Amino acid sequence: MLFDALTLQLGYNATLVALGSALLGISAGVTGTFLFLRKRALVADAISHATLPGVGLAFIVMVSLGGDGRNLAGLMLGSAVSAWAGLLAVQAITRRTRLAEDAAIGAVLSVFFGAGVVLLTVIQNMSSGRQAGLDGLLLGSTAGMLFQDAMIIAGGGAITLALVLLLRRAMTVVAFDAEYARSIGINTDRIDMLTMLLVMAVTVVGLKIVGLILIVALLIIPPVTARFWTERSELVAAYAGAIGGVSGYVGAAISASAPSLPTGPIIVLTCFALFIVSLFFAPERGVLAAYLRHRRFQRRVHIRQGLLALAQDLPVYEPLTIRLLASEGLARRDGVPTEAGRARAAKALRDEHRWHVVHSLPDYEAVSSLYDGLRDIETVLTADQIAEIDTHIGGPKGVPA
Amino acid sequence: MTHLELAADHGHRVAKERLDASPLAIRGLTVSYGEKPAVFSVDATIEDGSMTAIIGPNGAGKSTLLKAALGVIKPLSGTVTVHGKPLESARGRIAYVPQRASIDWDFPARVIDVVLMGLYRELGMIARVTGAHRRKALDCLERVGMGDFAHRQIGQLSGGQQQRVFLARALAQDADLYLLDEPFAGVDAATEKAIIDVLKALKAQGRTVVAVHHDLATITDYFDHVFLINVRKVAEGPVATTFTAETLQKAYGGRLATAQIEDLELGAG
Amino acid sequence: MSGEEFVPLSLVPILIGTFTAIACALPGNFLVLRKQALIGDAISHVVLPGIVVAFLVTGTLGTWPMMIGAGLAAIVAVILIEAIRRLGRIETGAAMGVVFTSMFAAGVLLLERSDTSTVHLDVEHALMGNLESLIWLDADGWASLLDPVALEGLPPELSRIFLTMLGVAAFLWLFWRPLKISTFDESFAEGLGIRTGALGMALVIVSAIAAVAAFDAVGSIIVIAMFICPPAAARLMTDRLEAQIAWSVGFATLSAVLGYVLAGYGPLWLGGDNAVSAAGMIATLSGCILALAVLFGPKRSRIGAPTEG
Repeated sequence: MLFDALTLQLGYNATLVALGSALLGISAGVTGTFLFLRKRALVADAISHATLPGVGLAFIVMVSLGGDGRNLAGLMLGSAVSAWAGLLAVQAITRRTRLAEDAAIGAVLSVFFGAGVVLLTVIQNMSSGRQAGLDGLLLGSTAGMLFQDAMIIAGGGAITLALVLLLRRAMTVVAFDAEYARSIGINTDRIDMLTMLLVMAVTVVGLKIVGLILIVALLIIPPVTARFWTERSELVAAYAGAIGGVSGYVGAAISASAPSLPTGPIIVLTCFALFIVSLFFAPERGVLAAYLRHRRFQRRVHIRQGLLALAQDLPVYEPLTIRLLASEGLARRDGVPTEAGRARAAKALRDEHRWHVVHSLPDYEAVSSLYDGLRDIETVLTADQIAEIDTHIGGPKGVPA
Repeated sequence: MTHLELAADHGHRVAKERLDASPLAIRGLTVSYGEKPAVFSVDATIEDGSMTAIIGPNGAGKSTLLKAALGVIKPLSGTVTVHGKPLESARGRIAYVPQRASIDWDFPARVIDVVLMGLYRELGMIARVTGAHRRKALDCLERVGMGDFAHRQIGQLSGGQQQRVFLARALAQDADLYLLDEPFAGVDAATEKAIIDVLKALKAQGRTVVAVHHDLATITDYFDHVFLINVRKVAEGPVATTFTAETLQKAYGGRLATAQIEDLELGAG
Repeated sequence: MSGEEFVPLSLVPILIGTFTAIACALPGNFLVLRKQALIGDAISHVVLPGIVVAFLVTGTLGTWPMMIGAGLAAIVAVILIEAIRRLGRIETGAAMGVVFTSMFAAGVLLLERSDTSTVHLDVEHALMGNLESLIWLDADGWASLLDPVALEGLPPELSRIFLTMLGVAAFLWLFWRPLKISTFDESFAEGLGIRTGALGMALVIVSAIAAVAAFDAVGSIIVIAMFICPPAAARLMTDRLEAQIAWSVGFATLSAVLGYVLAGYGPLWLGGDNAVSAAGMIATLSGCILALAVLFGPKRSRIGAPTEG
């Protein structure tokens, strides 16, 4: 079943949904990247919740004009208008008052959502049964997706993507250093506004498939995941697009392969699975890599400290240090150094003295700043330089055997 | 300098009695942000009743040393004792003055509320604040010359005034050991004078003061001991013997021009 | 309006709404000051998966399984957010976004997959609540307040949320001083020996408990409004923490009472014949209060502290 779904053989509707979701995932991932780099990921949460009253109002207006309240284009327009109002409200609160952006986001998303809920009950009252299409916008509903809906989603996604590509350079500069961006004549307010507009566009496009509560996930998780794999911003955007696209496509396919697997949540969870894999196993920034690095580092610190203490006949205070020295064969369990330990200790102390000389010689200032207690002096100085430094110390006579 | 002298300079084989007498003794302290140690294997034995300046170049780990000594940040290794006892059992004897810049000064509190925070260990979680507590807080404010500002919103204060309020809060703790993180950073001359007068009065009462300090020109006026650090300890001891051109050169390297050193009022060396 | 109508139909929902609003607004003050307002957002999203898992494990929707399930979900969420933030070196907002959306999605999925037809649990209810349904059928007027038989029939949600409110207030009263100090100056608090990490976690758990108790009545998303709007508006009224708490309680109460009345009777005044969502209206009203505070609050602007001096 899943294979059939992945190869688009589960029928017309499933194919429409899979392709639409993939495209939505790509544009959400790429757009979300710039929000993430600007450290404003959760503004998306305010924007998406703020769409609800617009949806309700659009429905009421369309019905009162005698049309079909569930027209997707009309609902999208209404949601865009109220999301825009929500965005302006967030901005007004953070600029005009002492409240921080997090409070502004939380206030706007909950109040707008509350107002939206009020409007939904109004709709329920004015024409029972006809609001069925609206509940689907909360969590997405792909069951009755029309070709026309799919075209709107595809068109909206493609336009958003094109605009992001056009603006990517300016958005990157602003995200990295807004003050510098202003100094070179970029209107950062305008760029921020455009970024938010694009986020809003993605949200509106995604309403049908994943719904307004979960669209945030598609804007945030792909860039966060992509960040684990690269240090370059344009690649973050590209990877985020790929991750979003794959999540959308695979998630939609999984959802189509069995009953009671709602599309929106499955897409989000697929995306989350990719995130978890990246969090743990990404080669540089992943947790596993970082943990191994930290263990290695801690080991180096303790061994170095232990050796310096041994060299000076000082007691070693920490059990962990002694354990590590013992495991390297440098000391016995009771803290008495072995032959090899003595030699390494003498070398460590000697290097430490060399560093001290380096610190006091103005010629070596650049080298001096590299000191971190761990670096082997041979890695930063030539043999000749070390020999010269040793003349300042006066030979190895004093090193304890 | 011979090798053995250098070794002795490092090691400071300190007798247990001296460790027990010290209001703050640090052994083998290493703190690291990420992969580069900010403080590496530092031993420090603060003299009881001294006024000690922690000095060293930018990024040398001065504030980090102070915070790790207090357990505010977790070290990678090392032990801290206060009069020979573990830090936790001696909290009540230590007052800490953090950097002013680390605070959101828009917090809804008045000056007196901040000073009353210094009475936390005395008050505990739920005891009521009485008139006596308020008088004590006001008295501490008077001592830093801020008695008239007790009911101001803290956000309305200037930088120097904020620093004095922080000092008043520490005074309210009535501690034996005062740890200050750059108390003179970005304050006006009047505040600097007010702060140093208070610190000297504390010393006169037999308390110990340790401050991260930037201005080498005032060391000899303000302090009697120095602790020089540049990731590792460079030297510690009385200003007269330790605050020398040689130790400064070692701590600051080429970053401190010889001419600058010559301008300083240095110890004998 | 007469007692015969008001007491059975409106009194209990108004009380529940008010207690809910206060229970959420109290810890909300600290969340807003700690710039953790969105923790409230995250918590109220993860209440759903917590409750669903509790239901799947115990097979019932009792008070305790729900509380424990949602409380655990909140703890898991906060630990995950912290872990992702630190381990992945990702800013808090993004880490939150990853965690609560994923957990919410998992909750929706579990709900769809499990048979909850026997109990009153669906996504819409979780999001919007149903304050209006909490009526007191046994009452027939003000006299019922003194009638033990009628009091027996009070909806259990009322005592639940009332006790929660008392519990939250007790927590704040007990930990007032350490909370205030560690919110203002974390490193100083640590220097005093206050365990700021544990205290922060306790605040989150208390908020989660408030959110769970509130969830049943007003729905999870509108809980956020009560966490944030009354404290945020109160923040713009005063420069003293004690006064801010008082203002926030006042605003919370005002939103709840007025919101319920407007939702229940507003449409009738406007010529409609059906009430609108009370929970939604309470959130909307709290937003209106915040908007007024943003425009006219006496302490609305940031104080620009000069650095030199």
